[in-house]
Amino acid sequence: MNTRFAKSLVKRIAFWALIAVLLVYAIFPFYYAVITSLKPSSALFQVDYWLSSVDFSNYITIFSQGSFVQAIINSVIVAVSVVAIALLLGVTAAYALGRVRFRGRTTVMMVVLGVSMFPQVAVLSGLFEVIRVLNLYNSAGGLILSYTIFTLPFTVWVLTTFMRQLPMELEEAAIMDGATPWVTITKVFLPLMWPAMATTGLLAFIAAWNEFLFALTFTLTSEERTVPVAIALISGGSQHELPWGPIMAASVTVTVPLVILVMIFQRRIVSGLTAGAVKG
Amino acid sequence: MASLTLNKLNKSFGDTHIIKDVDLTIGDGEFVVFVGPSGCGKSTLLRLVAGLESISDGELKIGETLVNDLPPRERGVGMVFQSYALYPHMTVYENMAFGLKLAKTAEQTVRDRVLETARILQLEELLDRKPKALSGGQRQRVAMGRAMAREPRILLFDEPLSNLDASLRVQMRNEIARLHHRLGSTVIYVTHDQVEAMTLADQIVVLNGGHIEQVGSPQELYQRPATRFVAGFIGSPTMNFLPAALREGHAEGCRVSLSGIGELTLPQSAAALDEHAALTLGVRPEHLSLDEAQGSNAFEIVNVEYLGNEVYVYLDSGQSDELLIHRSEAPSRWEIGQKAALVPSLANVHLFDGEGRALPLTSTRDAA
Ligand SMILES: Nc1ncnc2c1ncn2[C@@H]1O[C@H](COP(=O)(O)OP(=O)(O)O)[C@@H](O)[C@H]1O
Ligand SMILES: [Mg+2]
Repeated sequence: MNTRFAKSLVKRIAFWALIAVLLVYAIFPFYYAVITSLKPSSALFQVDYWLSSVDFSNYITIFSQGSFVQAIINSVIVAVSVVAIALLLGVTAAYALGRVRFRGRTTVMMVVLGVSMFPQVAVLSGLFEVIRVLNLYNSAGGLILSYTIFTLPFTVWVLTTFMRQLPMELEEAAIMDGATPWVTITKVFLPLMWPAMATTGLLAFIAAWNEFLFALTFTLTSEERTVPVAIALISGGSQHELPWGPIMAASVTVTVPLVILVMIFQRRIVSGLTAGAVKG
Repeated sequence: MASLTLNKLNKSFGDTHIIKDVDLTIGDGEFVVFVGPSGCGKSTLLRLVAGLESISDGELKIGETLVNDLPPRERGVGMVFQSYALYPHMTVYENMAFGLKLAKTAEQTVRDRVLETARILQLEELLDRKPKALSGGQRQRVAMGRAMAREPRILLFDEPLSNLDASLRVQMRNEIARLHHRLGSTVIYVTHDQVEAMTLADQIVVLNGGHIEQVGSPQELYQRPATRFVAGFIGSPTMNFLPAALREGHAEGCRVSLSGIGELTLPQSAAALDEHAALTLGVRPEHLSLDEAQGSNAFEIVNVEYLGNEVYVYLDSGQSDELLIHRSEAPSRWEIGQKAALVPSLANVHLFDGEGRALPLTSTRDAA
């Protein structure tokens, strides 16, 4: 009796210890970034795990730079456009791939999946040429184009899988009611696809928001830069000084919207990610 | 409301030929039931009428108009699906109004029609609910309401009651029958359940393997099945089939012999057949009486089912695994283990040739 109790106690403790380790592992870097960003630069190299006083000077520094604010605006424009375009194309492609019977449908699906497997670096130079030809170098358009290319395969796959699971009779009922494919998609399917849309949209948003390589390569001036590049290019008073405080403040600033978005859509994401697995 | 004409209608999916040369005329206001075993093409035929499948060959006319190439919305047909397929995110009202709104009907007309349909189907209290807050029977009614709200000329039902439990099925069957009486619309109703077919239909179309086996009123199909397939499909418990050999056949009647039972003189014309042709004798359980066993006419009773008002007695046929069934009013004096003689009512038996076609009667008579 007693040994059993002791055993279960040990198990419980081990379980919570494991969770604690995981939490620290996952959260500590972000926590430390937040703390660092709230210290004055003079206190930067004292290693503290708790904050004794709050100092917003780093935030004031970055927000007083017009280029950082501009970068946030650019990031929002790019990420929102990517999400909008990817969802629009994704839903219509998913309808075609999930609902219309045509020859070579599986091949198309495989090609779509294959495209998403190329590493970014492999297509960098080719994409650079494309963007130059299209006259999109150093503009938001170039970034929107390249991010959409990398986001679409995933979006199309998830939405196609989801669309396939909506009952066929639902679409036929809409056809009997006189709905065109476009009406069926917008009035019948879309309202049922919010979980999948929220999931894919959010992941597309995060990918576009955090992307660095393309953003660095395809932009030139600070008017067109997005946030990750802007942060990387924050420089100190001299070549030998890395302004950790402002960098951390900027990082925290751009991470917070993502955290908020994920929290808002959290329940939808879960139901969206499992929607393919179990029949609801 | 409208009549419907199918003229040599064919449907193939790739290389598989599903619907084969179907000819059918459905009159204005008729309630027609397509019945047949699973996979025989009932749904496919219905979907051809609806316009959800393309017609491979043949003509489909609604009224006088050839509609082969018209999309569903222009055919003036409404359909009730087996799974109901209600729009889950819309209220009952929105579900019923969806088609009307798409047809750009004036807002007031939409309201009037939906409310009128809801009144007929007793859905008025449910108009603001979503489908998930409805019971099975209510969903069924909403599905009907959605199909009816646009006032289609022909209403199509694909196994609409198969998702309901038994008692609700009987209730909804009644409601559909009453609705048809009241509205008088042309209805095509698909089911694999012969009881539904018998109780609802003006005309039953029995399908088998993609072709029409027989078309007729419930009485015709029950009393004069044209083929062995129809005879076995319609009626519960099913008809008894016994192998028989032709002894003598001419235009006025024939004599056949059955193992155990002996020779019978029947009113069917067998003039077209060779002597000793192998036939099948069919007799419904209520037309097969039992008597004291005599000589070789002795069949063992293997089970007796008491159903309150009537009794089914199962007998070993001695030839196949299929049991023979005798049906009579309760109570019955027969018990398991006894042997009994089979006495078919000669005026009510059916004879089928080697291909399963019924032999014609020589003179008119009323089988029951
Ligand atoms: N879209 C399709 N593609 C290929 N075969 C089909 C299709 N729809 C139905 N079939 C086939 O047609 C036959 C008849 O189907 P159906 O009309 O649904 O039968 P039921 O009488 O049970 O309603 C079945 O063998 C089915 O496999
Ligand atoms: Mg079917």
